Amino acid sequence: MTAILQVRSLQAGYGSIRVLHGLDFEVGEGEIIALLGANGAGKTTTLRALSGTIPARGEIMLDGNDVSTLSASTRAQLGVAHIPQGRGTFVDFTVEENLALGAYMVPDKQTIGRALDYWYDIFPWLAERRAQPAGSLSGGEQQMLAVARALMAEPRILMCDEPSLGLAPAITQSLFALFSRLNKERAMAILLVEQNARLTLKIAHRAYVIESGEVRLQGAAAELRDNPLIQRAYLGT
Amino acid sequence: MQLLLQQIVEGLASGAIYAALALALVLIYRATRIVNFAQGEMATLSVYMAWQLNQWGVPFVLCLIIVTAVSFMMGALTFRFMIRPVLGASDHTMVVICIGFFVGFEAVSLWFWGADPRAFPRIFPDDTWAIRGVRLTANNLGILVSLCIMTLGLSALFRFTRIGLAMRASAAEREKSALVGIPVETMLMLGWGLAASVGFIAAVLVAPSLFLSPPMMVSVVIYALAAATLGGWDSPAGAIVGGLVVGVAESLCATFIGFIGNELKVGVPFAVMAIVLLVRPQGLFGTAAVIRV
Repeated sequence: MTAILQVRSLQAGYGSIRVLHGLDFEVGEGEIIALLGANGAGKTTTLRALSGTIPARGEIMLDGNDVSTLSASTRAQLGVAHIPQGRGTFVDFTVEENLALGAYMVPDKQTIGRALDYWYDIFPWLAERRAQPAGSLSGGEQQMLAVARALMAEPRILMCDEPSLGLAPAITQSLFALFSRLNKERAMAILLVEQNARLTLKIAHRAYVIESGEVRLQGAAAELRDNPLIQRAYLGT
Repeated sequence: MQLLLQQIVEGLASGAIYAALALALVLIYRATRIVNFAQGEMATLSVYMAWQLNQWGVPFVLCLIIVTAVSFMMGALTFRFMIRPVLGASDHTMVVICIGFFVGFEAVSLWFWGADPRAFPRIFPDDTWAIRGVRLTANNLGILVSLCIMTLGLSALFRFTRIGLAMRASAAEREKSALVGIPVETMLMLGWGLAASVGFIAAVLVAPSLFLSPPMMVSVVIYALAAATLGGWDSPAGAIVGGLVVGVAESLCATFIGFIGNELKVGVPFAVMAIVLLVRPQGLFGTAAVIRV
């Protein structure tokens, strides 16, 4: 298996507070990986460190090259797409402008046009509301728009921070179905940070459980689903 | 009635200048959340450069074009070397830095060109027309047309171009913009450059009537601050409307309210700011800061 993203002893934090104490994990080609953990375990910090939003130490190999010293915009250009927690959209910008911003790094108008067609086909309501500000969409619609925006540039890996936060269960289901579909159709590698372990473990191939900034447990999603520890801590059974 | 119309026309012309400078202030505020009250001093320095080039025999129009570009560079370099290192610092830091700019840029003008006021050539001819007793000057019309062209140009840039979209995104959501691959700091730098060019144009339009001197823009910037406050600090359209309203208000108050007259009219922008801050702090077109939970 070739790794798209390979992380070695990742350390990061805010000011003098260290949150991650040397994290190791990897995301392979075409894999959906779940990062699970309780509040404050360092899941969001991990994604922020990977995308370059906060400084970090350690190795972050993207397609075999260390990107840990590069700026956030350069990492984005190399194919790291990060949808931050909350609504990852530009709320004051129209749907169309959001998608155009997602395609900021795509030089070729035809490629952009094809990507737009693809998304307007999957979500016809995006086309209908292309002139509306993203902030006027519902929470679920904004999250779908955020995914569409992130994929406009055809990234190597999609990292999504708590996409189910604040969404109705049915909406969350269809969002996760979208992740599955992208993974199957385009072999999209996806790194999901989630509290909703039950649903995440259904679509993920493998998972890492983070506790106090370290990987406590890892394995295939199916195994972890049956692990009594996980069941007690995250699945509420 | 005639007097009223006449004062409105005069007010619109001076208001257009306040609007242009307010536009520069708003561009910088949107990009970096800094109220750059040294904008006028930067612009004055640019006007001196244009004046100097003209003295050396460069054709006037060419001087304006060259210095518009030089102003852009000056604004961009100011951001790159003096704002970027402290980006994200507290408001107090920014205020002190702007005081530094204010003193610094004025000192540079004073150092090279001295304190004596100099005549600055008019861009527009001296023609005047009278329509039903209301006097229109080519200068006033020219100023208004310049503002229109500048506004249209800027809105086209921001609305229809990729770089304009990226500049708006960088100003609105710095972190998310970086995540889609936009070089945010470059965009903020372009914003500062653009603002300096716009400020220069405002100063060139007003220089012939004020005479060129290092503190020339001090009073203008007060009106521009009032205009931006009235229009809303995050709204370019608000800056334009705010500038025109402040200009007309100034001119009407000076003429029709006996005790104000020419001497007290600089009180008008302060009154405007006070009223706006009491009644609608976000300004006419500004968005109130909403904290989303």
